[in-house]
Amino acid sequence: MELVLSAGIGILSAAGVWLILRPRTFQVVLGLSLLSYAVNLFIFAMGRLTVGAPPVLGAGAGTAIGTDNVFVDDPVTQALVLTAVVISFALTALFLVVLLAARGVTGSDHVDGQEPHQGEPHPGEPHPGNPHPGKLHP
Amino acid sequence: MNASAASAWSDHVVVLPIVLPIAVAGVMFLLDERRRRLKEALGLATLLALLGIALVLVGRAGAAPEVYRVGNWAAPYGIVLVADRLSAMMLALAGLLGLCALVFSFARWGRAGPRFHGLFLLLVMGVNGAFLTGDLFNLFVFFEVMLAASYGLVLHGSGEVRIRAGLGYIAVNLIASLFFLIGVSLIYGTMGTLNMADLARRLAAPAASELALFEIGCAILGLAFLIKCSAWPLGFWLPTTYAAASAPAAAILAILSKVGVYVVVRLSLLLFGAGLSEGFGQACLLGIGLATIAYGTVGILASRDLARAAGYAVMISSGTVLAVLGSGSDAALAGALYYLVGSTLAAGALFLLAEVLQRGRDPVEQAQPVFADEYRDPFDDADATEIGRILPAGVALSGVGLLLCTLMLAGVPPLAGFVGKLAIFSGLTGGTITASSWWLIAILTLSSLGTLLPLVRLGILTLWVPHDDPPPALRASELAALAGLLAACFGLALWGGPALAYADATVQGLAQPQDYIRAVLGAPAGGAP
Repeated sequence: MELVLSAGIGILSAAGVWLILRPRTFQVVLGLSLLSYAVNLFIFAMGRLTVGAPPVLGAGAGTAIGTDNVFVDDPVTQALVLTAVVISFALTALFLVVLLAARGVTGSDHVDGQEPHQGEPHPGEPHPGNPHPGKLHP
Repeated sequence: MNASAASAWSDHVVVLPIVLPIAVAGVMFLLDERRRRLKEALGLATLLALLGIALVLVGRAGAAPEVYRVGNWAAPYGIVLVADRLSAMMLALAGLLGLCALVFSFARWGRAGPRFHGLFLLLVMGVNGAFLTGDLFNLFVFFEVMLAASYGLVLHGSGEVRIRAGLGYIAVNLIASLFFLIGVSLIYGTMGTLNMADLARRLAAPAASELALFEIGCAILGLAFLIKCSAWPLGFWLPTTYAAASAPAAAILAILSKVGVYVVVRLSLLLFGAGLSEGFGQACLLGIGLATIAYGTVGILASRDLARAAGYAVMISSGTVLAVLGSGSDAALAGALYYLVGSTLAAGALFLLAEVLQRGRDPVEQAQPVFADEYRDPFDDADATEIGRILPAGVALSGVGLLLCTLMLAGVPPLAGFVGKLAIFSGLTGGTITASSWWLIAILTLSSLGTLLPLVRLGILTLWVPHDDPPPALRASELAALAGLLAACFGLALWGGPALAYADATVQGLAQPQDYIRAVLGAPAGGAP
């Protein structure tokens, strides 16, 4: 379980970091979402990994499991994740709105609001956001 | 009966800076945009009340911090709000800056887009909460409230420049929030608590395990705050964003970077003042602070307009406090806190002045509607909505204002900027003088010169060089806002003795984290319902 979780966090954050360094705003949004998933899983992991453990102490908890709290999941990290999920969801939605506004105002989905000035576009990058692709190559 | 009721009431003053703005903001979002006068009156009353509350807290702040346990849950388990001298001082600063920025917006900017006043109050609520909270996760929540409102305010008024700047600003701050979460969860995973006082207590005990991982968590958490206070090399977003934002939004955003500075000061002195991790990160803070001052000075020298220069001035003031904190001198830190208040007020005033002086030439102002249903053209309804009349002496008054801002930011006598820098220098040279103190003194002196030159040059360009644009029309509410900020700068210099004594007492209290820990964890029951 530990290996799967850490590999999951690692792959999500690697993909997220790669995406937020890309030049298109939508890629940045996806990267931020992936990074926030990775961070949420990481917060879970900081509460220690348990399977099938309740997050609250039951009435007979003291007699059933003694003072050993290994069998109780940490509720604090779950509360933290819940808060973080809500906030990152709301802010991703806000970022999407700003992205659309920037696309509408500048006519480009490049993070700088304009296409790079090189004559030749980067190979393999079809400028999906440029509404007037012909203008780059008169 | 009456006496006990009165004391119970006055206990709740600590929570008012959070509850009052969010309640009024809720009412504001229900009101239609056409009820602008009502919104303005509500906002003005709220911020006046907040400033009054903050001043009460400043007056009440004693050696022991005032602890408010929300719901009366005991400290490490429940949520605590802690008002000590530093929190009260920052609350007063936020209240004053917020009040003046809001009054400034009455003339024009309040109409440049929807829901300005509600967002403004939410921002103030987030800032106040960040100053008051006693645990790290609520700090995250208040940070996010503040940032979410600031995203709206940066975009207020719309237009291409703002949207492009806002895109970068939001992306940078979302990444900073992720750093914040990683740091908080690492600290929780190693220490098992997020209450600041509890953290400090567990850190003082010798049995603290996983110290290295805890310090990594603190470093990652520090990254989030350093991005917020725009320390070099994490702060390249700040001048562009603040210059693009509308003037009252930029003025209140000046306090946002000070929230980052506040948290760094608070946590450094609380967690790393003594105990196992004593002095953690101090050398880094000194280096980062020096680099921030140097970068800000170069940036302000290269600035072509006043709003950008004000953005770099915000950076320099943050860097000064960080560097002085890194130097480890308590006396100098007191001077730096005094300097922080004055320079933040002056930077806020400079943002407002920049908009007044460069109004006719501002390319940002040609706003384009993005969502047609949301948007009313802000400045074409020249009906009776103006407050007061256009003052003929606008040029002269704004020139005087610019002069005062320059004196404050450059640290030239007789204003508070000079007193603050002098207090920093005398604090640094008070005890044994190290090489880093000389570096700090040299860079601060150079940054004074580097601030003076471009501000004077920009002042000459905007005020003395003849041009075809109409002279700036200073409206009464704008004049009142500027006068409020600059009068506060004057007051800070006139009552420099008491203010410096207060800053000294603040640092004395911060240097004794035991008092803070005892107040939070060992507070007697019965403080709150």
